[in-house]
Amino acid sequence: MREVALLVLGAGPAGLAAATEARSQGLDVLLLDENAAPGGQVHRGVGEFYRPSADAPGAAQAREGLALIEAARASGAEMRGGATFWAIEDDLTVSWSEGGTAHQARAGRVILCPGAVERALPIPGWTLPGVMGVGAAQILLKTAGLVPEGRTWMAGQGPLLWLYAAQLLAKGGTLAGIIDMSPAGAWRQAIRHLPMALMKPGPLLQGLSWMRRVRADVPVIRARDVEALGDGKLRGLRFDGREEAADLLLLHDGVVPNTQVTRALQGCAHVWDAAQASFRPVLDEWGNASLPGVMVAGDGGGIGGARAAALSGRIAAIEAARALGRLTAEQRDAAAGRPMLRRRSEMAPRAFLDALFPPLGMDRVADGTVVCRCEEVTAGRVRAAVSLGAQGPNQLKAFLRAGMGPCQGRVCGPVVHALVASSRGIAAGDLMPLRTRFPVKPITVAELATLK
Amino acid sequence: MFRRTAPTDCAISWNGVEIAAREGESLAAALLAAGILHFRDTAVSGSPRGPLCLMGACFDCLVEVEGEPNRQACLVPVTPGLSARIQAGARAPR
Repeated sequence: MREVALLVLGAGPAGLAAATEARSQGLDVLLLDENAAPGGQVHRGVGEFYRPSADAPGAAQAREGLALIEAARASGAEMRGGATFWAIEDDLTVSWSEGGTAHQARAGRVILCPGAVERALPIPGWTLPGVMGVGAAQILLKTAGLVPEGRTWMAGQGPLLWLYAAQLLAKGGTLAGIIDMSPAGAWRQAIRHLPMALMKPGPLLQGLSWMRRVRADVPVIRARDVEALGDGKLRGLRFDGREEAADLLLLHDGVVPNTQVTRALQGCAHVWDAAQASFRPVLDEWGNASLPGVMVAGDGGGIGGARAAALSGRIAAIEAARALGRLTAEQRDAAAGRPMLRRRSEMAPRAFLDALFPPLGMDRVADGTVVCRCEEVTAGRVRAAVSLGAQGPNQLKAFLRAGMGPCQGRVCGPVVHALVASSRGIAAGDLMPLRTRFPVKPITVAELATLK
Repeated sequence: MFRRTAPTDCAISWNGVEIAAREGESLAAALLAAGILHFRDTAVSGSPRGPLCLMGACFDCLVEVEGEPNRQACLVPVTPGLSARIQAGARAPR
């Protein structure tokens, strides 16, 4: 079997920076990503289709992404796109598929950079075609230059909602309205984190400028509950007793760490992050997980954004070089000093943002609302199963198959988790998260049979 | 519901009907740009679905590509002449 010193999974900012740094420390590096082009979700299409003009919202971020991609390309790391990872074994044998053919390599060390996924925002009617994530619409803009037209609404909360709204307006798109679902008093909780956030005021000022730009052109309406209406496809919205026609509804409630892979690793410890209402793997300051040889960098280890992710990737690669005998502990500490300081500074606004946009709770989800989209399980059925004795998301699978469809709980996992916790009246962190299993992406038997 | 800001450069087939696309974009993007929202019917109740996340997580964009079912349209790059079809509910038992 092929051997490689360092295998990096995910070519977003963390993975790109990790690969580049590891190469400069003399390690041979294999970098895999499911998408055809590098960049991850935040830098999707950068250097290819996505070339924002210098003053466009998000342009500075795109420049940083391009620098990361070019550095990784020049580093000599082997970058494989269209490579769908599906398993890691205890001896760090990694399995993935490319174009229907399965491959394996044994790694000296693995850095997982799985990034973030949008937190699901279940509302009545959100399974109708025409209801999508804000992140999804942004991907269409970056990778294909698609701009919404017709009656487009956005609903939810969070920084990405405002960034994307500013981006689509700058591209000549229009928005019928934004339904702001953020809790009205959140700023009171957030304000105590403001001094810390002002250590790094850039992102906040940028966010405020996006909000101003958007509010000048688009009606922003506060509402607690939103319903998508339609028959076969989205035709309208209902919020606070008012009805509006709609062709496209974009939902957003922040992002959560993608722990689909780390949760499948037996013995890999996770901790509940109350501020971000999500699990994340337990990591030391270098990114070492609780299993030997396994590291995590970037948003997959806790949401910090693209810049913090790139710094985490670099720090993890420096530690990997030490673990693989390329650096002494002293050399590692010296090399990681500056990136560690910069990472601390990049994380400064996080507590403020987390408090300003606290995830919308599950108590507001009506019984009739589908929560597990794949198996079409409603919130009411989850609540009923809990009253019959289902203790947590893992037991719930036997009751309702929630989390057992093709997405393997990627979308419904955190929703069902929070629902069970609130139904049982216990803290979400006291409940075991949904166990995932390899293969983490569906593969065909024919694909498996191509393994040598 | 979406408008292109860049030209198309090839054609693909959706349920046997030709639609314009751009090589390298995702099949999901090409379908949405052509006004197609309905990608599949669910296996449980047969209700219509379209993409939610476009980043490989939600599996609501599953379609049949060149006769192969269960392909995530958001992860399939467009190649000229690509042929895809709607994925219709649960497979009939054989």
